[in-house]
Amino acid sequence: MIAALAQWFGDASRWAGADGIPQRLVEHLAYSALALAIAALIAVPLGLWIGHTGKGERIVVLLSSGLRSLPTLGLLTFLVIVLDVSLGQVLIPVTVVLTILAVPPLLAGCYSGLQAVPREVVQAAVAGGHSTTQVVTAVELPNALPMMIAGLRSAALQVLATTSVAAYVGLGGLGRYLFDALGVQDYTKMLAGALLICALALLTDGLLALLQRLLTPAGVRLERARNH
Amino acid sequence: MANQSLPRRSLLAGLTLAPLLGACSSSDPFASNPAATGSGTSGAGGPVTVGSANFPESEIIGELYAQALEAKGRTVQRRMQIGAREVYLSALAEGSIDLIAEYTGNLLGYYDKSATPTGADEVAEALAAALPAEFALLDIAQAEDKDSYNVTAEFSTKHGITSLADLAGYPGTLRIGGNPELAQRDYGPGLVGLTRVYGVPAERMAFTPISDGGGPLTIRALAKGDVDLANIFSTTPAIKEQGFVTLEDPKHLITPQNVVPLVAKAKLDDDLASAINAVQRVLTTDDLLAMNGRNAGDEKAQPRQIAADWLKSKGLV
Amino acid sequence: MTWVWTNRDLIVGLTAQHLLLALPSIVLSLLLAVPLARLTLRAPAARRLLLGTSSVLYAIPSLALFVVLPGVLGTGILDPLNVLVALTLYAMALMVRTASEAFAAIEPDVLLSATAQGHGRWQRFVAVELPQAGPAILAGLRVVSASTLSLVSVGALIGVQSLGTLFTEGYARGFLLEIAVGIVATVLLAVALDLLILGIGRATMPWAGIVQRAGAVA
Repeated sequence: MIAALAQWFGDASRWAGADGIPQRLVEHLAYSALALAIAALIAVPLGLWIGHTGKGERIVVLLSSGLRSLPTLGLLTFLVIVLDVSLGQVLIPVTVVLTILAVPPLLAGCYSGLQAVPREVVQAAVAGGHSTTQVVTAVELPNALPMMIAGLRSAALQVLATTSVAAYVGLGGLGRYLFDALGVQDYTKMLAGALLICALALLTDGLLALLQRLLTPAGVRLERARNH
Repeated sequence: MANQSLPRRSLLAGLTLAPLLGACSSSDPFASNPAATGSGTSGAGGPVTVGSANFPESEIIGELYAQALEAKGRTVQRRMQIGAREVYLSALAEGSIDLIAEYTGNLLGYYDKSATPTGADEVAEALAAALPAEFALLDIAQAEDKDSYNVTAEFSTKHGITSLADLAGYPGTLRIGGNPELAQRDYGPGLVGLTRVYGVPAERMAFTPISDGGGPLTIRALAKGDVDLANIFSTTPAIKEQGFVTLEDPKHLITPQNVVPLVAKAKLDDDLASAINAVQRVLTTDDLLAMNGRNAGDEKAQPRQIAADWLKSKGLV
Repeated sequence: MTWVWTNRDLIVGLTAQHLLLALPSIVLSLLLAVPLARLTLRAPAARRLLLGTSSVLYAIPSLALFVVLPGVLGTGILDPLNVLVALTLYAMALMVRTASEAFAAIEPDVLLSATAQGHGRWQRFVAVELPQAGPAILAGLRVVSASTLSLVSVGALIGVQSLGTLFTEGYARGFLLEIAVGIVATVLLAVALDLLILGIGRATMPWAGIVQRAGAVA
């Protein structure tokens, strides 16, 4: 099995062309990044607003858990048919499905990040004459950033693993290897595809973890170290 | 806190999830579920597990077999929508299923990639010779469903393409849609075959794999002009409805594909053979078209119902 | 809609199959993950290994795991056990992390005072740690239940029947209603199971008004 995998990866033709690993990797990243970006555009403002005002949390929690139970495969096939998309537009339903997957963890990261900022800190900033905008940008946001990145990590991990379904409706990405292998029972290709997706997800997660550490304000880090 | 950890606990460092889950997998929570235990069934005369490929027609024919057997008092388990040929043949070999509807030409191509017979009888003969010893075929039906390459009427007129032989002369890159297997298999009517038999250069074919078994997305891709050429099963009513032109195949890239039951020899007995062969004797290509029409058309009837109605209309149940 | 009525047996049958795959996975993940998380809590190396393994697991695409498992377990390729084991692994990957964090979050003072009261280690676990970590574990279980129920469908791609069969079949014939029925049924199952878990939580942990809040974070 290991030998077969080594041979698969060793084959020079795997590293070039439309079905080559670099091309599939780029496609996979592009689909995932697009969905994550759209999800962030929705979730970050909404999450910050909820976290700042404390309003609407219950509804969002309910909605998030509702979204989580939507089966990806069902939603994707449903959208492909209902939107009556042509092959060139199939990226639209794929992006919708992946965005739906990414919104709940991003949202949770944002508002729980803001809520975790101690009230005294916020009150001190207000008392110090900061405007609402200043409170959010200068105090709440930097303190919430690590948890927001944690939300992004969880979203990215799920999206990168799930982007594989794009191949089910005729798109590329690393999922192509899985679906092509499924039809002809090519275990080596299936494993290779899984390894690539897994490695990509873990690498991304590692980078984001690093970012999370870097973005944690020095004071907060010190405080945490003292508490533990 | 770390100083509380006892040396005994560090043994757990060697613990991974795998052995634990391995242990729990030995107790089979599905033991009471008959559908799950195809491999445990006894030999000839016992219950039969009928399988199907992952496209509707295969399930419909599978239901025909299943219900014909049930009408003779046999206990039948169903494992429908398993996957593509490579997958369900493995399932048949390991005993997870006992019987499945196959198509002569493609099955032959699977076992003998260099086979070149063209007539239905030649295919049947070659197939019988190529089949593994543990499998058996029952009677071949007149009914046939084969891969077919289709273009829109507009494309056909514009480029003067009515035959697969015309494709090599097409000036641009051919955009082709169909099941992923078409680009993966080195046998049968896939891209490799188009190059080998009709000389269409590989670099002038752009393939879009669509996992719907030549279903609506593939049909829509062709109708909307997203692809120039689509591989659709010949018994799909949409070919006629959409006015597609099915390309001629003068060099017999696509071999005859008559419906044939493939059985695990260990499960074969006279009763089973006669029940299935009774279906095979009357099943026609038009029947397949009509039954597929009920499944995919407005009625959206389920395979089980379609099969029951057909068997009744033929007096087989 | 007549289609739904005509095919009610099919829909009910697939719903039952769906539950039969999801429920054992969810329960098993709880039964396995909680002890694992607790046992590794004071063994940093083991804990890192456990959490690391669960991240890796979570990043494996489910389709690949379904297909590869028969080779690992020695099961038949159509055996629903493959899907069940894969689902349990994913559920555990989520559960182990939640449980581990829940145990880690218990105030050391609470544990010390329990020990000071003469609780043995097992007693302390049952009487103090479990009730303390309970609400967070329950919240994690809710997430696991929703995601497992939605993941079962993927099994349809390898011929293991569930509500996912309605998706692949509906896709193959462009039948929107069939797919919609599958989605609605999945969501209804998720809501029902969520209420059940909440109910069990309220009954067993009446002190946990915290259940609501913990649920919000997860």
